[in-house]
Amino acid sequence: MTEPKHPVTATETSAPYGHDMDRGVARRLVVVGGGMVAHRLVEALRDRDADGAWHVTVVAEEPRAPYDRVALTSYFSGRDPADLALGTPDLWADPHVTLLRDTTVTAVDREVRTVTAVRNGVGSEAVLSYDALVLATGSSAAVPPVEGTDLPGVFVYRTVDDVAALRGWVEETARRRRRPVQGAVVGGGLLGLEAAGALQALGAQSTVVQFGPRLMPLQVDEGGGEALRRLINAKGVAVRLNTSTTRLRPGRDGAVRRMDFADGGRLDADVVVLATGVRPRDELARAAGLEIGPRGGVVVDDACRTADPHVWAVGEVACIQGSCLGLVAPGYAMAEVVVDRLLGGAAVFPGADTATKLKLTGVDVASFGDAFAQTDGALELVHADPVAGVYTKLVLSDDAKTLLGGVLVGDASAYASLRPMLGRELDGDPGAYLLPEGAGTGRPQTSLPDDAAVCSCNNVTAGTVRAAVTEHGCTDLAGVKACTKAGTSCGSCLPLVKKLVTTELERTGVTVSQALCEHFDLSRAQLFDAVRVTGLRTFSEIIARHGRADLPGARGCDICKPVVASILGSLGAGHVLDGENATLQDTNDHVMANLQKDGTYSVVPRMPGGEVTPEGLIVVGEVARDFGLYTKITGGQRIDMFGARIEQLPLIWRRLVDAGFESGHAYGKSLRTVKSCVGQTWCRYGVQDSVALAVELELRYRGLRSPHKIKLGVSGCARECAEARAKDVGVIATDKGWNVYVGGNGGFTPRHAQLLAEDLDTPTLIRTIDRFLMYYVRTADRLQRTAPWIEEVEGGLDGVRAVVLDDSLGIADELDAAMAAHVEAYTDEWRATLDDPEKLARFASFVNAPTTPDPSLAYVPERGQRRPATPAEREAVLVAGPSLEVRS
Amino acid sequence: MTAVLDTSRLAWTAVCHLADLLPERGAAALVQGEQVALVRLHGPDGGVGESGAQESEPVVLAVQQLDPFSGAHVMSRGIVGTRGEVPTLASPMYKQVFDLRTGVCLDRVGREPLAGHEADLRTWPVRVEAGLVLVGSRPAEVAR
Repeated sequence: MTEPKHPVTATETSAPYGHDMDRGVARRLVVVGGGMVAHRLVEALRDRDADGAWHVTVVAEEPRAPYDRVALTSYFSGRDPADLALGTPDLWADPHVTLLRDTTVTAVDREVRTVTAVRNGVGSEAVLSYDALVLATGSSAAVPPVEGTDLPGVFVYRTVDDVAALRGWVEETARRRRRPVQGAVVGGGLLGLEAAGALQALGAQSTVVQFGPRLMPLQVDEGGGEALRRLINAKGVAVRLNTSTTRLRPGRDGAVRRMDFADGGRLDADVVVLATGVRPRDELARAAGLEIGPRGGVVVDDACRTADPHVWAVGEVACIQGSCLGLVAPGYAMAEVVVDRLLGGAAVFPGADTATKLKLTGVDVASFGDAFAQTDGALELVHADPVAGVYTKLVLSDDAKTLLGGVLVGDASAYASLRPMLGRELDGDPGAYLLPEGAGTGRPQTSLPDDAAVCSCNNVTAGTVRAAVTEHGCTDLAGVKACTKAGTSCGSCLPLVKKLVTTELERTGVTVSQALCEHFDLSRAQLFDAVRVTGLRTFSEIIARHGRADLPGARGCDICKPVVASILGSLGAGHVLDGENATLQDTNDHVMANLQKDGTYSVVPRMPGGEVTPEGLIVVGEVARDFGLYTKITGGQRIDMFGARIEQLPLIWRRLVDAGFESGHAYGKSLRTVKSCVGQTWCRYGVQDSVALAVELELRYRGLRSPHKIKLGVSGCARECAEARAKDVGVIATDKGWNVYVGGNGGFTPRHAQLLAEDLDTPTLIRTIDRFLMYYVRTADRLQRTAPWIEEVEGGLDGVRAVVLDDSLGIADELDAAMAAHVEAYTDEWRATLDDPEKLARFASFVNAPTTPDPSLAYVPERGQRRPATPAEREAVLVAGPSLEVRS
Repeated sequence: MTAVLDTSRLAWTAVCHLADLLPERGAAALVQGEQVALVRLHGPDGGVGESGAQESEPVVLAVQQLDPFSGAHVMSRGIVGTRGEVPTLASPMYKQVFDLRTGVCLDRVGREPLAGHEADLRTWPVRVEAGLVLVGSRPAEVAR
């Protein structure tokens, strides 16, 4: 074995290459490339090679472990790049695995079976010996032979770094040009459309420039292409078909500014994404004298082996059965074949599953099998509804029974259940699959054979999913995903997996639990409806009527009680501390303040729209000073005062209420704030009065109890200084009115809000938000924010839009009335508490010493204010401090 | 697990009237310098009547006010409920669930108690006499 000439850093792993304990025993596998297929290969090898017959070294060019390239576009919807990580990091800590990141293989010597690896940027070089070499170098983005593709502002769309650079450029350009960025994508294939969606997600206008006569020409036929074009247009992305780009021209700053087309047309563009295809990265193989396919790619046999028995190729770089396959599923299949062969098996590549689903919000496209009906005698069954923007086609065998393929545009909901039926006889009338979901008698229920592949990314069959339930005891979708890996890559099969799991659980007698907790079999939404209809108003009545009948003495828990409290709150059932209501509240709602780590609370008076008078500020300052509260400005444009003891809360609020403040509901699962920029009244750029609208909205929705907290934002122009798109409801002013976005949030999984409606006048805007919020309040799960709710609610965002704007469920009047009742019934719950001696009694520190402070509290000064003492500091403070005396 | 109680040397502190305690909403009390969380159950009398004495089923239970998972004295502000037949109290801080009768932590929700603290709560003996809530002067010893 050749030792490295210069050390290649391998700090990422526990065992640097060449120092493995199995050295001399294990055979050496070198994988060139660190993409998804390489990841799958290593994962499969470690899964199956229990004896450690192989030590695998992965040489990856990118500075990070393999990640989910398929989900790259989601990076634009605010997902952290770290979320794209594949599998668990444990794989790379395995002593049989070495990952060399940021390292490029520059040469392969097949005579002596070594590769030369060079650390990027450092130049240190290592020579690695192999017993088997797998080329998994993937593809690079093909750059079309057009002048100007090297200009700043021109990007390809392939890696996290490409995407990050593109994102940086768009954001920077928007700042510099102070207007919406004009973007263009060259290429109207799958990747081009995803790139166009990504540009739009970044706030750029985008135009797709397609050389050919239709979009996604490899996946959809003419009818589908036309339906797709209309859908893309409707999303606000312009499309130019039959257009050949001849030149990209720079502006005065040297960056790209304009595109010239062969037909003499031109298009202004601040950013251009090239998505014209990919080219296999076969340079190493060429240099090593391996056979290359006619259109590139390393030629391999059905075992994925090259003519050299020690060298294999997998994924996009492999030319298998005459072509290179640019999809992840066949790559995964190749990885599995190679692993099997390395371990002495005889697996062969089963043929490509080229099924595709476009991952672009609001544009549903799927294509699978023989989408172009090229099989002899194939029948095409087409359903086109241009008004609804739907085009669906099934390709069937000549007896109209066996499913050969299909194209679904506009409504691909049948994709998950159809794809596994490929090559099989469909039950019932095939035409029924083409009708929209919910139409007429509905789709035939397919019962999938056990050997049908449900998740083609991870090659999981229906039988495996069923076994996860019946044999491995999985009881929910999350468990089945962890157990089988189904749905963990592209996720398009999840609806089907969920259905299989549900069916299987029901079959084995397990009721699929939507149950809130052990006391209620109902979900939050079901309980909300039940309580709304029965009109019950106390927990005892509700649990007796709607709780589990077999638990007569049950008294609820910390899950169901706050849910009932929230439902009663949304239905306007009185003050949070009225009667039995008081026992249902989390401590925050119970004392109407936010519990902090030392057991004291923080106090937040409402400042609608972030507006506060100088007099108000002075009162807040005086209260904070007099009670020794730590003050901090919140992200929601108001002031938080920390360190209030429970018995101090009424005293603090007496003063705040007297000064005209009211509860800010910072403690509640309810409306928090409506953040706003300063707007037209002061700002030079504002086009509408954002502050006035924010104040109006905040006063309208204050106190509305909901499944989770709700935040709103209003920006006075497209510069979006209020960051409204990070809110559950974001409103952005236009010249003509208001655009409203929904489903944004910060926090653990940040999301950008998506456009719900454009250019609304103020009354229509308010009615739209009224309905959106009420619909959410009624139907969301416990602690479900608007973004995941929109994903799960019937019809997704389009469904929400239909309900809110077109009253598709016929409940708009009801929603309007419910909101009107809320607005009418609102009272400040702190003022109501101060007026009621019985409620005030709840704020005693001790039932036998109502004004004695908690003796355990201890503080130290920091930057001119006080903060809770750390455990180490407490000793000193408590011994010397003034709080000691209260113990007597 | 049984609470072994040597009542012979126990002093009792009257902390409040039973009527001062709202069923299923805890209250804190100071007993011999210790912070105790009192919980009045939704009792056999429906939790609304003025029962003069503890019936066969206890009406008021007492555990330590200190939450062992956060170090804050907040247990009385948690939500009272049941798990099966067991009356429970959930910490308002990180939502651990405790058996109100024995103090045993039934659900750690993936956390460990702070260094130097047991996961389980200490309990105090409670009597209700003539409408007064009496708490024993020291916690019950728990035999395991």
